[in-house]
Amino acid sequence: MVIFPLRMHGVTAHFRKKRLVGPIDITIETEGFTIVMGPNGAGKTTLLRLMHGLQRCSGGGVEWAVPQAKAREKQAYVFQSPIMMRRKVIDSIAYPLRLRGLGVSAARAKAQECAGRFGLENLLDSWAPMLSGGEKQKLSLARALVIKPDILFLDEPCANLDGRSTREIEEILLDAQASGTRIIMSTHDIGQARRLAQDVIFMYDGKIHEQTTADIFFTAPATKEAQAFINGDIVE
Amino acid sequence: MNSMHQGFWDAWELIITFDRDLYEIVFLSLKVTVSAVILASLIALPLGAFLAVFRFKFRRYVIAVLNALMGLPPVVVGLFVYMLLSRAGPLGGFGLLFSPSAMIIAQVIIIVPLIASISHQAIRDLWSEYHDLLISMNATRFQRAKALLWDGKRALLTAILAGFGRAIGEVGAIMIVGGNIEHATRVLTTAIALETGKGNFAFAMGLGLVLITLAILINLLIHIVGKTERASTW
Repeated sequence: MVIFPLRMHGVTAHFRKKRLVGPIDITIETEGFTIVMGPNGAGKTTLLRLMHGLQRCSGGGVEWAVPQAKAREKQAYVFQSPIMMRRKVIDSIAYPLRLRGLGVSAARAKAQECAGRFGLENLLDSWAPMLSGGEKQKLSLARALVIKPDILFLDEPCANLDGRSTREIEEILLDAQASGTRIIMSTHDIGQARRLAQDVIFMYDGKIHEQTTADIFFTAPATKEAQAFINGDIVE
Repeated sequence: MNSMHQGFWDAWELIITFDRDLYEIVFLSLKVTVSAVILASLIALPLGAFLAVFRFKFRRYVIAVLNALMGLPPVVVGLFVYMLLSRAGPLGGFGLLFSPSAMIIAQVIIIVPLIASISHQAIRDLWSEYHDLLISMNATRFQRAKALLWDGKRALLTAILAGFGRAIGEVGAIMIVGGNIEHATRVLTTAIALETGKGNFAFAMGLGLVLITLAILINLLIHIVGKTERASTW
């Protein structure tokens, strides 16, 4: 089942009559590692939530190649602040598999195997909410990737993490992409964007100002806001 | 002060000599209350989860009414159940009046709003934490409610214990529908009321001590079994 392309046409989102984003017209194809960049309040998180269906459009539409419910089964989302279920690590990773009808022992076996790939094998019986920030984010990634999603959305997954944890998470993401998972990730970190991005969506004031390859974006950005952002100037 | 002293000794003597009447009353109290708590939990916990997860018209009013019913006067519940189960009542044919079953029904009606309200509060807080995650994982509404009930089980234990506390100490309703019949529907609270009325304060005090000890022991047991208040758990 191929869920791509994802098409957003004329999408707007409002909160109490205030426009958050839009109108947005964009198409996301099967492969790639897309980084969504922009200053605070540009609408990065809202864009990801609209794509994933966590937020309803006020106008326009989000369409996948298959019905929304089918497409949702092949997606995963990692939040900026990891949401930890009040369970052991192994049961947290196994949970998405259980939702898909897998039995307890089969789901736990798969979760154990997955945890090993994320360096969580020694924490299987730990209580998820008691983990450190980096471990929580790795657990979020393991929980998201255990279902082998076609597309993974990440909302600033490395915010508040130290260099070592950030590097580990970037390695996991590159592995996931190499295994065929399409990745769309928002970040403030220009260094991280340079390391990971194949293409970039630059947002400003709720609109997509640029959508281009990473090479072009970082060498010859088309808008002065993007140029200022890359230069590290304050973009309001 | 003498009566209190005497009460302690009488209670102690009744306990260590395995007084048949006392133990019969204790076991009936436990049977009625535990049955009522189990039945009420089966109704109230899913109700609490339903109110937290599902959105429907008049939901706010249902929650407000449920909260108000937490203070339901037991005597009124007793009267209502009495009328329901009396021969002339709609359920009179079952012949349940003045039986432990009638007492269980009355207790269930009293504690369902209490357990449902507290569990709704706990599940609503957890739901606000889990909302995005469970929606993102494409969990069905039933799966969401199940996850919230499971992950919130320690908070729900508090709701169940609150229900147990209210039920075991209840006297008004079960006096009306049970009738406080010796060897049939006499429980600790109704026995205390009776003994106090007879001026038998020492024995009443003894029963009171047994009741309090029982309530504390069961709470402790549930906390130990439920592994609450442990540093490594939630």
